[in-house]
Order: sequence, then C-alpha cells, then structure tokens
Amino acid sequence: MSADLQELYQQIILDHNRRPRNFRPLGEGRKAEGFNPLCGDRLTVYLKVEDGVVTDVGFQGSGCAISKASASLMTESVKGKPVADVVALFERFQKMITAPPDAPVSRLGKLEALAGVRQFPIRVKCASLAWHTLRAALDSRDEVISTE
Amino acid sequence: MRRDMTISIASSMPALDVDRLRDDFPILKRRVHGKPLVYLDNAATTQKPHAVIDRLTRYYREENANIHRGVHALSVEATVAYDAARDRIRQFLNAAEAREVIFVRGATEAINLVAATYGRTCVRTGDEILVSEMEHHSNIVPWQMLCEATGATLQVVPITDTGELRLDEFERLLSPRTRIVAMTHVSNALGTITPIETLVRMAHAQGAVVLVDGAQAVAHMPVDVQAIDCDFYVFSGHKIFGPTGIGVLYGRSALLDAMPPYQGGGDMIRSVTFEGTSYNEVPYKFEAGTPNIAGAIGLAEALSYVSEVGLTRIAAYERDLLSYGTEALSAIPGLRLTGTAAHKAGILSFVIDDIHPHDIGTILDQDGVAIRAGHHCCQPLMARLGVPATARASLAMYNTREEIDALVKALRTARAVFA
Repeated sequence: MSADLQELYQQIILDHNRRPRNFRPLGEGRKAEGFNPLCGDRLTVYLKVEDGVVTDVGFQGSGCAISKASASLMTESVKGKPVADVVALFERFQKMITAPPDAPVSRLGKLEALAGVRQFPIRVKCASLAWHTLRAALDSRDEVISTE
Repeated sequence: MRRDMTISIASSMPALDVDRLRDDFPILKRRVHGKPLVYLDNAATTQKPHAVIDRLTRYYREENANIHRGVHALSVEATVAYDAARDRIRQFLNAAEAREVIFVRGATEAINLVAATYGRTCVRTGDEILVSEMEHHSNIVPWQMLCEATGATLQVVPITDTGELRLDEFERLLSPRTRIVAMTHVSNALGTITPIETLVRMAHAQGAVVLVDGAQAVAHMPVDVQAIDCDFYVFSGHKIFGPTGIGVLYGRSALLDAMPPYQGGGDMIRSVTFEGTSYNEVPYKFEAGTPNIAGAIGLAEALSYVSEVGLTRIAAYERDLLSYGTEALSAIPGLRLTGTAAHKAGILSFVIDDIHPHDIGTILDQDGVAIRAGHHCCQPLMARLGVPATARASLAMYNTREEIDALVKALRTARAVFA
C-alpha cells in the first residue's frame, strides 16, 4: 500500500468509520441535512445550543469512510465549545484539508488525522460535508446543504 | 435460435487480437501513480484509437471550414466529409436512409430532442410514458419534464432482484394510453441486456412509439435499427471510441418529417422573414447552428474502426472476459455482484461488506485501476437495490484477463486496508 493511502486511511479514521461516535439523532434542538450529489453521501447533523455553547451534537447517515470518520471526529471536537470557537475551528479545518499537500499541518488535535485528504483533492468534499452541514445547523438554515 | 447463430458465427471467425488492438490506443501505455493504467471505466467513456485522434487532427489541419455555406474548396470538402459521416452512421445502424441520422451532442440531447419535439406535439393529458426502473437519469428526467408540461404520467417497469426487466409487468403496464416507451438497450449500472425486439413488438401492438437508449450497447454488440424495429435509437460517440460532444439520434423518417424543429437558428431554415420562417427538411431541421463537424467526422472514423474489428467478434471476446471477471470477483469474500442477469454486457457492478464504493475507488486508483464509484446516474435503481452506491468495473474490447487480475489484486488490498 502506498504512503498516501496509509496516511488517508490511518487507524483513527478506520476506527471512527467502524464505530462512529455520537451516531444518533437528538430529540430536540436544531438539525441540518448534508448531501453530496457526486457520490450520494447523505448525513444529518443534530445540534443542541444553550447559551451560545454547543451542549450536544449527533449525526446519522451513510457515506464513505472519510465522510463518516470526519463527521464522527467533528462531533467529538465541537461538543462543549462556544459557537464562536466552533465556527473558528471549522475555518481552520477547512484550511487544513485544502492546503497544498506539503504545507505544515496546523495543530488541530485528532482532526489532524484528516490532513491525508490533501493528497486526494476529489475526497476533500467527503471530509468537509459534515462540517458544512454543522454550519448550516448553527445558522438554523432549514435546507439541504449540498457540496456541489 | 438467433443467439446460437451468433455464437457459431463468432466461433468460426478468428479471435480478437487484443495485443494488436491495444497498440492502437496510445493512452493505454500510460502509467498512473507509477503503475500501468488499467482502464475499467468504459461505461463512463471509452479511450480513443490513433485512427480517431489522427482524423480529428487532419480535419483541423487540412479541411476545417464551415459546412453548407461557402462555395470555396474547403467548405465543399468539409461538407462532403460531414455528409459522408452521416452515411457512415446510417450504415453502422443499418438505417434505411441517411436523413434518419441526426447529429446531436450525445444520447442525453437526443432524448431531450425527442421529448421536446415528438413529445410536446403527440403527448396529451392522460397519456402514459413507460420507462424501466434501471434507466439512466437521462432517460428519466426529460420524460418527467414532458409529463409535467403535458399532464401525462410516467409509468415505471420494475426489475427483478438479478436486474432483469419484469416482462409480465411491462405487459401489464402497456396500454392504449401508452404513448412512448423509453427503454435502455443495455443498463449502464447493471449490464443487463434488455429483450429489446420483444419490447418493441409488444409496444407497437399497443400503438406506442419506442425510443431505445443505446449508449451502452453500440460498442459491444451489432445494432440493426431495422431489425429492432424501434422508432428512435440514441447513442453517444464518446462511448464508442469517438470524440465527446457528438452523438446520434436515429429516427424513423415518417416521424421525423412530422416533428417540429428542436432549436431555431441557421441551417435549420429554408427561408426567413420577420413575418415568418419555413423550415429546412430532415435532418437539417434538427441541426440548428454550426454543428460539431470534427466530432461527426471523428465519430464516423471510430465506427469504421469498430466495424473493422467486428462487433460480433467484440461481443464474443467481451462475453468471455465478463465470465472470467464474474468468476474472479465472486471469489472475493464479502463481495456481492449487483446485476446478474442472464443476458449481460461487460459490466461488473458490486459492493463489498463494510467498504464504501468511494473508498474502493480511491484505493484501486492508487494501483492504477480506474473504476467508477457512485450511483451511476441511476438513483432510482440504487434505491431499488437498497444501496447508496456501487463500485463498477466496465469492460471494452481492449481489456484483458491480466487487467481483471489487477482489479482483483487491488480489491484484495482494499479489503486488507479495511480488515
């Protein structure tokens, strides 16, 4: 297997794909739906915001390992954070996955595992689908978010 | 009976020399990620032989001019070559007349043309249009748009679990209300070959007009529109080793004559005044504006190339390759083939337990193996099969058993990654 592939499908990604965290709907709060028409990936992000803080988050849907793992890692990294911090994190994450392959990876904790998609530009959308959907849920836009 | 005949003809002719054939396709010598390219995405588009590439170059280097316009030598040469291309296509489809061949951008535009002209004038509220569950979006959406505009209803013939058309349901859904039957000849997602002659006969008995989507058929089996007896037959040039942006609508001349024009513009008119315009005759009535001249000429070259190889021979070769591939893929644990119809063209659509098709596609690509992953523009079919997507390896005449072996090896790598 090539080094690029090993980087893309590292253990943490495979683990979150196999056992996605927070893979459940929330009874209350906001939600948004994300859709990637190119590959058919579809997911729903559920969100509970109290006093400007994301107190709970979940997701459901089907997709490739990258989109599922990214959604799972996202839920772990935003839970308990103020909305402003979540938005800033999204921007930093987006920058990381779209940077040139040889650019240094910024410190994003577990989310750094997704830096491997930079070698696979066509898969960037898979990694960002959950985040775009989260963003829509934060904005309470009641529409299907498409990556196209 | 007919099938047996085909097989015996095929076995009596010399087998296809695939090594020689591959030499005709320069791109097949490419390497991808350091590995030899294994191109198994032929249902998406096919590669081009030297003959086609050279013909396009020659046209632009030596013959380029607009057609049906000038009196100068180049325009005359271009017009002659364009007209000859139309006749080459007539011959390829065994159409009765060259004017039954309309040049369009591709199968999609051909279907839209029929829906917008024949459909808008002949379909009324209460009429029905019949498609199958395994149609490509391009053979669904134009009919939905037509239904919306006319008040007709879209009826869908279901398929079996193996991907065969339910003939009993087809018969049940056909009625005197059925105005148009739009059916694929070969399913792009499953490879199923539909019993098209039977379908046409049954539809005609109810007075319906039949459009056949031949996009996935023409490069893989001989097609004779008079034997099929269909009213319209459509295909895209790029799926039969020709250029992109050129395709064909075959239509029965009596229908074409009665149909209104598709787009307005130059070349489709006889005379224009601000008070009114009279239209040109078929086929020009449907070819407004400067057409894709190079594309038409390149497509004719591609059809000559394919005919020289021989479609009966290609069909026999691909049948053997398909059964080799079916056996090889079936041996991979956790792999399930979707689409196992008795009559199939060279398409291997599959899913693997716990590995999303998109991940399969990425991992295979690293080994130089090009396949398609996704819904194949068949979202209703995917819903029927209960999968969001499949991985699809699609064969052409230049593929080999060694390439199937490379596919299998790469799939084993994918399984190891996700083990």
